[in-house]
Amino acid sequence: MKRILLPADAGFPVWRDRARAALQAGLAPGDVVWQVQGAEQAELFPEEDAPLSPVGEAVGHITRPCLVLLESILRHSDPERFALAYRILWRSQQEPHLPAIATDPDIRQATQMDRQIRRDAHKMKAFLRFREVVDDASTRRRFIAWFEPEHFILETVAPFFAERFSDMDWLILTPIGAIAACDGRITRDSEPREAPELTDDVEGLWHRYYQSIFNPARIKTKAMRSEMPVRYWKNLPETRLIPTMLADAGKRVAAMAAQQAEDSAARGEIPAFHARHQAEWSRRKAEEHARVEGLEGLPALAAALRGCDRCDLCRHATQVVPGAGPAGAALMMIGEQPGDQEDLHGTPFVGPAGAVLDRVLERVGIARESVYLTNAVKHFKFVSKGRRRIHQTPGRTELVACSPWLQQEIALVRPRLIVTLGATALQTLEGPSARLGSVRGRVRDATAQRPPSLATVHPSYLLRLPDAQRAQEEEARFARELIAARDWLESDRDAAPSPGPDREPDPGSFPSEPG
Amino acid sequence: MKKTLSERLEILSDAAKYDASCASSGAASSRKGKEGGLGSKATNGICHAYTPDGRCISLLKVLMTNFCIYDCAYCINRSSSRIERTRFSVEEIIWITLEFYRRNYIEGLFLSSGVIRSSDYTMEELVRVARELRLKHHFHGYIHLKTIPDAAPHLIEEAGLYADRLSINVEMPTEAGLQAYAPEKDAGHIRQSMGVLRLKIDEATTDRTFSGRRARRFAPGGQSTQMIVGADLSSDRDILRSSAALYSGYQLRRVYYSAFSPIPDASLVLPVKAPPLLREHRLYQADWMVRFYGFSFEEIVAERRDGMLDLDMDPKLAWALQNRALFPLDINRAGREMLLRVPGLGPRSVEALLSARRHCSLRLADIERLKVSLRKVKPFIVTPDWSPGRMIDRVDLAQRFRPQPAQMSLL
Repeated sequence: MKRILLPADAGFPVWRDRARAALQAGLAPGDVVWQVQGAEQAELFPEEDAPLSPVGEAVGHITRPCLVLLESILRHSDPERFALAYRILWRSQQEPHLPAIATDPDIRQATQMDRQIRRDAHKMKAFLRFREVVDDASTRRRFIAWFEPEHFILETVAPFFAERFSDMDWLILTPIGAIAACDGRITRDSEPREAPELTDDVEGLWHRYYQSIFNPARIKTKAMRSEMPVRYWKNLPETRLIPTMLADAGKRVAAMAAQQAEDSAARGEIPAFHARHQAEWSRRKAEEHARVEGLEGLPALAAALRGCDRCDLCRHATQVVPGAGPAGAALMMIGEQPGDQEDLHGTPFVGPAGAVLDRVLERVGIARESVYLTNAVKHFKFVSKGRRRIHQTPGRTELVACSPWLQQEIALVRPRLIVTLGATALQTLEGPSARLGSVRGRVRDATAQRPPSLATVHPSYLLRLPDAQRAQEEEARFARELIAARDWLESDRDAAPSPGPDREPDPGSFPSEPG
Repeated sequence: MKKTLSERLEILSDAAKYDASCASSGAASSRKGKEGGLGSKATNGICHAYTPDGRCISLLKVLMTNFCIYDCAYCINRSSSRIERTRFSVEEIIWITLEFYRRNYIEGLFLSSGVIRSSDYTMEELVRVARELRLKHHFHGYIHLKTIPDAAPHLIEEAGLYADRLSINVEMPTEAGLQAYAPEKDAGHIRQSMGVLRLKIDEATTDRTFSGRRARRFAPGGQSTQMIVGADLSSDRDILRSSAALYSGYQLRRVYYSAFSPIPDASLVLPVKAPPLLREHRLYQADWMVRFYGFSFEEIVAERRDGMLDLDMDPKLAWALQNRALFPLDINRAGREMLLRVPGLGPRSVEALLSARRHCSLRLADIERLKVSLRKVKPFIVTPDWSPGRMIDRVDLAQRFRPQPAQMSLL
């Protein structure tokens, strides 16, 4: 049995030298007794056994995770730390993966110690309070704090305070030493200090804040105690207010309830400005109402759309996305519904599919500004998946609910040609039985409900094709179909205006509704 | 007579305390203190004190003023309330923030305000505080600004430049609730403003813009919001659905749930009752399950007929009891995703199990050593020395986890 005597505040470097020697001497953990100088047992044997001195080449090895763990736990105040660290060092010679086995009793104990140290350091950063020392001679402001850490953490926390309070001089005193910053120079020692007598006027303001931010209707002292353990309270002056705060809480809540039981008139005068503001709100509301009433054409439609709640989609979408483009545009393009980006911007075709559309429009020589772009459904339909919104194809309910808006847009814009993008837009115009494959790519004659129309794919379809070759082919086909639309419009330029629906659109006459 | 600074601090912090948000964390990276300046920002926030309501004090949470042109029923500052009114000057807020910060009372400032004159005027004042703290006083601590939904875009832009976090409160879980309690507010406007914040945050986090220019800094700590729980009749399902839409649509860092709590001079339309603290707690647990355990909001309430979370047990245990077919799991084989769904196991213990089982086979005692509640875990797992057998199918399994009925006292 070998006794090794260490100072009570011995950290990693001191322990390492002894541990290295013990390891070299081949001493198993059971053969070593680690004792702290001044401890009771040590007094019986004041002398350390003949010190071990390292001989020859270093033996043993240590992995990085193991080293980090041991460095940390040697900051713990428990004298057991020396023996535990040696046991882990010894065992890891044979079991290199030991630190990864969190369920091992030694590792378990070490990780717990490590956690306690981190928590202590965190609480020191949180609960330490500076008090100002007024010193007219100095150009920098000076502050002093007293704190009682549980473990040897001064070295760990020093950089935090140095960085945070770099424009002032400060001194942190503790029973295990001090850290000081003077003109930005940091010094640290381990000489025990005593609590200084200090007062600071700002503390009164802080106490007032502490009392006022407390909500007397929610009492959760267990939560408070677990996060702010009582052992820290003696250096947190605001905690002296807690008993009174708790004692008054019940009365304050009862007073609030009693006040609410009274009818409003009995509580006294409502502030005069309330009536003024209410009048102002009514005036603003009337003004807004008059503004909307005064609108005509597409702006009126957009304003009306904003209040649309014909289906549930308005509840979670950011906003309605009305069509965009000039009234009287010769070409109207109808997509399916706004996507994530369109929903956020409030403008159609500004997301990834919009970028594809822009690219192809440019390629075929159609100016986007000349086209009226809109969607069959005006609100974004999605399911939330974690941090993303996944697009969902609108159902019949939504299509039917939204159809009158589209009919009104067609009536107001009076395009000579409609290009439907994708199956949803096609079916909105032609009914649920329409198949994109059978009508795609050619201009179909006007019907009672719509002007001439051409069906093609939705640009998002091109984005979903996994095969690059195929995507290129499909994009070329999409472009050809837009060229067909363009050519049709050009050849039709001198023809008479299209016989689009010029009667008031009837919301009941959704063409796809059977019967 | 003009009120003292201390009196005004009392009024304006009392008026601010119903906003649950307190986090000083959430920024992607910590900010180093700079020579000549004051303050730094820790990656994980620091709570400098706790009050007996169990909430932490991390930031100086105050209003610029508690005058307000809105008359929202649930709010202590509504225009028809008879509370005392006052305001701070920009300089006063800055002074208190800096002096509190120097004494290590706080991590920074959470500044909000009643809306006075106009949205733009109010926002301008809030931005002025942040701008002067940053530029004139070289303050590098945390700043959270409440954003006024209708404020002009350039003000929002500037707010994002100086603040770490911006927030807009949705207040009520449903649009109908907002309409009933805050007739002057518009749920659509609120969502649109959050959409604007998200687009700006997205832009700032993409390293470069198309033109190769580096995007301006914009609220690196993201945005958050708050919903009031228990003032209206919304169910937990309504609330969690809103949360799902908020997290996915606006990339919120946090949704705060605030149990509606009595306020002085409360409106007559409000319930007179103690704040539903346990319900609030369960909602936070459900939120946690989504953010850290891979659950979706929908599945957490899927089996609850009334749309309310079970108050008697945590929602993860409740979910497991409703989905027993998936259990028991072999602790030595199951994947991370499923282990996270075992009641009693958290992300930390799951990591420890995954790391340890690569080197040895885990037994019940190993799991116990991780300070896991065995009572909770046992029915749902299998180890070489433990199998729950029929336990998992027992009809009264749920009963074992409910609190024991308290015996009525005779006196």
